[in-house]
Amino acid sequence: MTESTVQPSPDGNHGDFVIRDCALIAIATGNRAMTLKELRDALKTIDEGSIYYHFWGGLLQPRFEEREYSNDFAAWAWRHLHDADLAERLAVIDPVEFDTLEALRGELLEIIEERLEEKEYLPWQQATAPFELTRSQIVVFDTHKRAATPEELVLLLPHISSSSIFYHFIDARRRLPHRGNDFSFWLAGFDGRYQELCNRLNAIDPYFGSLTDLKKELNGLFQEYFREVAR
Amino acid sequence: MTNLLDTYADVAGQDVINHLRQLARPLRGMKVIHVNSTRVGGGVAEILTKLVPLMRDLEIDASWEVITGNEDFFQCTKNMHNALQGDHVRISEHLFNVYEQVNRENAQHLRPRLEEADFVFIHDPQPALLLQNCPQRRGKWIWRCHIDASHPYRPVWKYLQQFVSSYDASIFSLAGFAKSLPHPQYIIPPSIDPLSEKNMDLPAEEVGAVYDEFRLDPQRPLLLQVSRFDRFKDPLGVIQAFRIVKKFVPDQQLVLAGGGASDDPEGEAVLREVMEAAAADPDIHILLLPPDAHRKINALQRAADIILQKSIKEGFGLTVTEAMWKGKPVIGGDTGGICLQVINFNTGFLVSTPEGAALRIRYLLRHPEKIIEMGGKAREFVRDNFLLTRHLREYLTLILGLHYGAGDRIDLS
Repeated sequence: MTESTVQPSPDGNHGDFVIRDCALIAIATGNRAMTLKELRDALKTIDEGSIYYHFWGGLLQPRFEEREYSNDFAAWAWRHLHDADLAERLAVIDPVEFDTLEALRGELLEIIEERLEEKEYLPWQQATAPFELTRSQIVVFDTHKRAATPEELVLLLPHISSSSIFYHFIDARRRLPHRGNDFSFWLAGFDGRYQELCNRLNAIDPYFGSLTDLKKELNGLFQEYFREVAR
Repeated sequence: MTNLLDTYADVAGQDVINHLRQLARPLRGMKVIHVNSTRVGGGVAEILTKLVPLMRDLEIDASWEVITGNEDFFQCTKNMHNALQGDHVRISEHLFNVYEQVNRENAQHLRPRLEEADFVFIHDPQPALLLQNCPQRRGKWIWRCHIDASHPYRPVWKYLQQFVSSYDASIFSLAGFAKSLPHPQYIIPPSIDPLSEKNMDLPAEEVGAVYDEFRLDPQRPLLLQVSRFDRFKDPLGVIQAFRIVKKFVPDQQLVLAGGGASDDPEGEAVLREVMEAAAADPDIHILLLPPDAHRKINALQRAADIILQKSIKEGFGLTVTEAMWKGKPVIGGDTGGICLQVINFNTGFLVSTPEGAALRIRYLLRHPEKIIEMGGKAREFVRDNFLLTRHLREYLTLILGLHYGAGDRIDLS
């Protein structure tokens, strides 16, 4: 069953939006790759939690916000394999486009396989530092903040943490069908009244920015929408 | 009444503090004990000095125990430290016996408290054998390794591994430091305390006073490396870089500031070599500061234009974090945790040689606007990622993770 952030109300009407928060911690898998071939082999079997971590974990873990490459695979290809072609091809993968982590894993493998076939030396070329395959553990908790209406949610949004945004907008993609986000999922329960707002939310690409940027964008989008409606 | 936690809201943000309170709610009343081998001096003691009271503010029953040992014990653990960092140090049977005996002796009086604790954090190798000496333990035990053990001297690691394997989890500062162990290995970088004497804001007069005190010229560029006199910190490489730059920028000054070396025989030898290398140059200042000269170091870091940490081996490099918090770009060795903090052309530069360091010093001295720009980015990067509050959040997350099971997702909502 899909886990929802919507709390059903006792009268059977639309439930409150429950603001949750989360904390993420990295765990070493003990799997390391010193060559592209080793990385390819490890990616075939590694838990999908690792794929998730290396694409999305950077938003909640100590990383520099203005990253040259938006995922760890691309950064490693550039910094430690010194393969700019591969780094660029990996960097352009937008995980938002993939319905499942398995599909994302498939795309990663496809790009790496293609590159291994292009350059004879790549299967055995040693990187200057290993790729450390890491997974994460996420702890989700209730902030005890609730919004009964979208208007209330607009007032709450500026005061929720970046990690809350991560939970409701990014982590939701693992929990909801069709790569959804919790805000749209909740708004869809209002009999289509907020379809336009849902469309705008669904159009946000959360991948190539920081959580701070995403929070600003969400705030702006909600406020703009309700200003327009009020006119 | 304002508690300690609230004082961090001004620096880290109220959101961060609220987050901690919510995360800690399920852990109220739990007994958490940290154990290390020194109450003062060193990064571990500095972190625990604040981390433990902060946990208590979150209504966790946290405490901190310190083991005691004799000279042979500390000689053994110093050798272990170096061996874990890759030095081929042979440790005699006698020293290993002392190490085991001292752990047994400490367990005698710590056992009742440790065995009833819900979570025990053992910091570094010194108290690592307490676990074997607490057979009735009921909580989870976590070994926290603060050392870069990515390429350890195998015989010493094999010895330690047989003991740390029995822990429920371990913590390393970077994924690259993790070992082959039969339990979850959490990755938690260390942190700095922004309100400590070492990192707090200082009055301009206090910063200015270091020029007089150490006979430095406030009109000339000041380079600084703060570190123990240790080969892994490469102070001789820093002097070499300074000499290369001096051909192009003759008026710069270099300060190498570090603690005394009384507990570290190898440090004395390195210090002698550094003194000899610097002897002929009045613009190289070697400062031996007492271990509690935190404000002085703080003032020096604030007075400096560029900070160096040209280590060839480094655990995490908290001196880098400290410098960045003061808004300074750092030229750091391309090793260990320095790579996590120094982002080329953003918060400083990573270098591998004295020549590389010299190149980047010249670049920054030539572009003073970059010193300000990178320094600003460095401070914000630390604010977001390397303050004590983030460290505490990750400890709480780990505790929750171990308490509620090892799955990828723990839903407490």
